[in-house]
Amino acid sequence: MSGPLLLTSRMREHPLRSHTLACYEETGGYRALRKVLGADGPGMTPEEVTGEVKTSMLRGRGGAGFPAGMKWSFLAPARPSYLVVNADESEPGTFKDRQLMERDPHQLTEGIVIASYANEAHHAFIYIRGEYPKAARRVQAAVDEAYAAGYLGKDICGSGFHLEATVHLGAGAYICGEETALLNSLEGRRGEPRLKPPYFPAAKGLYMQPTIVNNVETLSNLPWIINQGGEAYAAIGPADSPGTRMCSVSGHVVRPGNYEIVEGMTWRHLIYETAGGIRDGNRLKAWVPGGASAPWFVPDLHLDTEVTKAVIDSLGSMVGSGAVIVMDHTTDMVAAAERLVRFFAHESCGQCTPCREGTDWLDAILRRILDGQGRAADADLLYDVSDNISPGMTWPPKMTTICPLGPSAVSPVDSLLKYFREEVDEYLRAANLTPVNIRTPAGAAV
Amino acid sequence: MSGAEKVTIVIDGKEASAEAGELLIKVAEEHGTHIPRFCWHPRMNPVGMCRMCLVEMDTPRGRALIPACMQPVSDGMTVHTRSETALKAQEGVLEFLLINHPLDCPVCDKGGECPLQDQTMSYGPGESRFVEEKRHFEKPIPISDLVLLDRERCILCARCTRFSDEISGDPLIEFQGRGSHTQVLTFPDEPFHSYFSGNTVQICPVGALTAVPYRFRARPWDLRVVESTGGFHTEGARIAVHASQNRVLRFLGVDNGAVNQGWLSDKERFGFEYINSPDRLRAPLVRDSGGELREADWGEALDLAAERISRAGGRTAALGGARGTNEDAYALSKFMRTAAGSHHLDCRLGDGLRPELVAGLTGRGRIDDLERAGAILVWGPDLKETHPVLYLRVRRAAGELGARLVIVHPRRTGLDDRAAHKFTYRPGRGAEMLRALRDGEGPLAEARRALEEGPLVVLAGRCGLGEEPGPAEGAAALGRELGGTILLLEHRGNVHGALDMGVSPGLLPGRTAVGDEAAAGLWGGLPEAPGWDAAAMAGAAAAGELEVLLLMGADPVRDLVGADGGALVEGAGFVVSLDLFLNDSSRRADVILPAAAFAEKEGTVTNLEGRVQKVNRLISAPGQAQADWSVLGELASRLGRPLHLDSPQAVAEEIAEQAPAYRGVSWSYLEREAPAGAVVPLEGADQPLRVSPRPAPAPSSANGEGPALHLARTLYDDGIAMRHSPSLRPLAPGAACHLRSDHAASLGVAEGGRVMVRWEGGEAEMPARIDDSLAGGTVYIPFNQPDAPPMGAVAGRGVEVAALPGGGE
Repeated sequence: MSGPLLLTSRMREHPLRSHTLACYEETGGYRALRKVLGADGPGMTPEEVTGEVKTSMLRGRGGAGFPAGMKWSFLAPARPSYLVVNADESEPGTFKDRQLMERDPHQLTEGIVIASYANEAHHAFIYIRGEYPKAARRVQAAVDEAYAAGYLGKDICGSGFHLEATVHLGAGAYICGEETALLNSLEGRRGEPRLKPPYFPAAKGLYMQPTIVNNVETLSNLPWIINQGGEAYAAIGPADSPGTRMCSVSGHVVRPGNYEIVEGMTWRHLIYETAGGIRDGNRLKAWVPGGASAPWFVPDLHLDTEVTKAVIDSLGSMVGSGAVIVMDHTTDMVAAAERLVRFFAHESCGQCTPCREGTDWLDAILRRILDGQGRAADADLLYDVSDNISPGMTWPPKMTTICPLGPSAVSPVDSLLKYFREEVDEYLRAANLTPVNIRTPAGAAV
Repeated sequence: MSGAEKVTIVIDGKEASAEAGELLIKVAEEHGTHIPRFCWHPRMNPVGMCRMCLVEMDTPRGRALIPACMQPVSDGMTVHTRSETALKAQEGVLEFLLINHPLDCPVCDKGGECPLQDQTMSYGPGESRFVEEKRHFEKPIPISDLVLLDRERCILCARCTRFSDEISGDPLIEFQGRGSHTQVLTFPDEPFHSYFSGNTVQICPVGALTAVPYRFRARPWDLRVVESTGGFHTEGARIAVHASQNRVLRFLGVDNGAVNQGWLSDKERFGFEYINSPDRLRAPLVRDSGGELREADWGEALDLAAERISRAGGRTAALGGARGTNEDAYALSKFMRTAAGSHHLDCRLGDGLRPELVAGLTGRGRIDDLERAGAILVWGPDLKETHPVLYLRVRRAAGELGARLVIVHPRRTGLDDRAAHKFTYRPGRGAEMLRALRDGEGPLAEARRALEEGPLVVLAGRCGLGEEPGPAEGAAALGRELGGTILLLEHRGNVHGALDMGVSPGLLPGRTAVGDEAAAGLWGGLPEAPGWDAAAMAGAAAAGELEVLLLMGADPVRDLVGADGGALVEGAGFVVSLDLFLNDSSRRADVILPAAAFAEKEGTVTNLEGRVQKVNRLISAPGQAQADWSVLGELASRLGRPLHLDSPQAVAEEIAEQAPAYRGVSWSYLEREAPAGAVVPLEGADQPLRVSPRPAPAPSSANGEGPALHLARTLYDDGIAMRHSPSLRPLAPGAACHLRSDHAASLGVAEGGRVMVRWEGGEAEMPARIDDSLAGGTVYIPFNQPDAPPMGAVAGRGVEVAALPGGGE
């Protein structure tokens, strides 16, 4: 590891106690908060905090990659406003927030208080994926410690600023990672995305009040940015996507895991150096560059391109949640696509017809092909059904749906047809269609 | 929306003007462009879920697909509803909806009037590319006594769930599961018991929800249809009557924006079954010398009745007329004043406000006032039980539209969840309660301030059947004082029309009082002696002065309030009943004449705001049954005082001529100029009687010992139409004695335990129900229940409640 570690140095150096308040304070924790709230000096105004974050060019780490400071500046003036922490990390292949919560929950807590101060929020909700019990325990413990130490609650650090923080566990729905579905779930409603417009969280969010929804990793960066300054952050890595970011590498690599990287290396470097190469000396076949919904990359076209937001965007995929899923030459790409589509079909909330029916249908077609029941027209059918969910199948997608979950399911189908059409055709050639089972009234097959 | 900015948008290359903020789907429709849809309904908030209404809109970043039902229009907006992309998206959505739809159209009630069928024809794919197994569910499952759900047909548009939640306030059905496993279901052990469940069937865009009374009865193309006006409630909900082979098969709600906005109560919707009942009277009956009823021909029966009326010499009285048409009521009014020679007639049974007030009210409001109300005072019966249309309109006003709602009632009501202020009081202490509200005493100060903020609408009626009308009238007077408009809450569908036609001792047609100059010369002179109302008739019967009692669709034995209806019928020398059925009163009559029912006759009715609407005929009456006006005409001719009314239209013409407030309201006017009805008096017409509500009388200190009885109507009861509507009959709650838990504890009775309720002259055993919403010292018993004796005479008096051994939790 050669790059700077903004987020993970503490957990690396103090692996057994990095989650405790004592360790966090010993290693410079809550200094940024004291600086913001003027515990030892003049303090900062909310505008100054937002300005610093804008200067840093910190991008949201939840998937969309929108600049965090800019997002804050869209907050509508009505009060109360809320901060909601999206810790519902459910994208297949993504496990970075879990580590940040389990191993350094105070870093997140400090970020929460800073962001709340900047957005004049006096209540922060931490919505943690239900399947993350350890992360929830650690965050709750950190919140409790922070309350006891005066970093949460009334009159934080003697500044007069007050903030309540509530940890809430989800109940096992991927869709609740979509920010408006998350807000519905938090309010006790069905986890269904809201239509934007009009329900932009910054204007009509939680309980229809202005709300900032930020990802765990995004907030975890704030203490460093406040301590070292936005300019220092902006100076790391590419100008339009600076800083470090967490990359969850999984699949057929020798060393899967979370890596804190600075953008700019090539995929070859990330896969073969950082992650140790392909297992068993196998050949690389394809990889998902940014979470299950991101269009795939293949070695011939992409291996020597740069791992930067700008380049990945220009090549028609996305950085997304930072999940890199690597597949070697033993992978059946039809089966891989089917598995991804099945995930999205299973997680569709059911509101929008194209997603509810279309993802299920896509999966049924793929399963039929895998079962040797494919038909000659199935490849075209896959394409056209996908087109009815995501017209034109462009990226970023056009949608016939409220949220991007449906188009996300289309993405692996599109990649399959684009790069591995011959594998589909092979299945279709080998298909052994069962004759239609016509039954007589007596029940005997004819 | 008034005063909103005007904008111009371009739809498919054509300019359209609209108000900024209106929804694109609506604007397009108004300008002749239909955008297909399933989940969008004009009377509900849009959700943009089904995605059927996707159209393309020009944006700075190129064309984008947007749901037209969620898109407010703004100036310069350019949309393409038929572009290649839009059409493909629409076709795609339809294909998605159809892949799991069973396509069992040949056996589906909705086939032939199905938005999914229709829009598939216009926008959908020609054939299916889906070769997989469709989703399967158990077909159909009952979700209430009236509604069945077929989840295979459901397209998950959420119209039904949103209606139940947003409109009717009974969120008893909801989506469960997610993705392609999503289904609409009830909650465990909680059936979809809603007074408005039938609306979900009507707005279901597929055949997923079907109604038990209509299921498998007809195909839509075999139905004959006519628009009409519902007869169960005083709001006059607009309906469409559907019949086949001379049988009424269903009612659907029609969207009269000023009244019901398309919705109906289940009673109004499914209560048609009595019309088809095999128990309908088909021929006249007369009591023979042995006291038995036997069939007779019309001539014999009418001769017998005419002879007795003739002999009675002005001591004939009539009850009823509030359930028919204005034309029937006018005929009754004229018949009594001319042929029978008395003012002894009453369309109500001791349960209303002052008749002069109801007919001549100054400051009478419109239902639509609720749409603009800032504050609403409901002082009266539980609207959910008695005035379902007002219930829905007040829900909307106090919910979505933000009006402050103040409710005064002795116990909980269906609107309490929408109320800003709710007060309960012990029946009999209404005047005290009103004085406190008027003076803004203590906890009522804030409510009083809310009422002052206005615009105020007051809905006033007697909260319970035993209560004096004074406090309710006083509430109306308070409303006037605060500058509000008033709607009075009466009972029986056309009671306002009947009062307007003079079916009351002191009233004459067209909102005229007996003795008014305006009535001089009416019908060639009127009887001199003052008339009896229902209570006075009971007194006259007891004194042996009532020679002939004519009942026109009235059942005083079960329905009379404040006096003993049984004694009234027994005490009358001779009873003539004009009715649809043998009921507890007509069973004791001497001459029984079969009458035509709703949908079997034509005419007009008047609702509580004075809106006159047409009712129309679609089928013929059974056997020899005849319309009331015609029977009265025959009887009058036999008495030598013919009414000269040859057809309902002729009656209507005479009303338009003789009834000042109804001047100009002819059938052709209603049909051509006022399809949503006309509120009388029309501009330029006169209303001689103008009555202001009187302030409440001073509170009396005389509060009886023992618990006060709150006797109130429920939507479903033992009324004659309910008795003969098999689908609704089982839904009456049944007699029960509702007690506060402290009261029950003092008696040693638990929920469900048996109690004996005693009153002067009667007693009944019934189960106890714990109800802590009751005002202290009060018991509540629902009125006119199938398994209870008549209790009208108890109203306003005390009861004794005693525990019986056994039962209870």
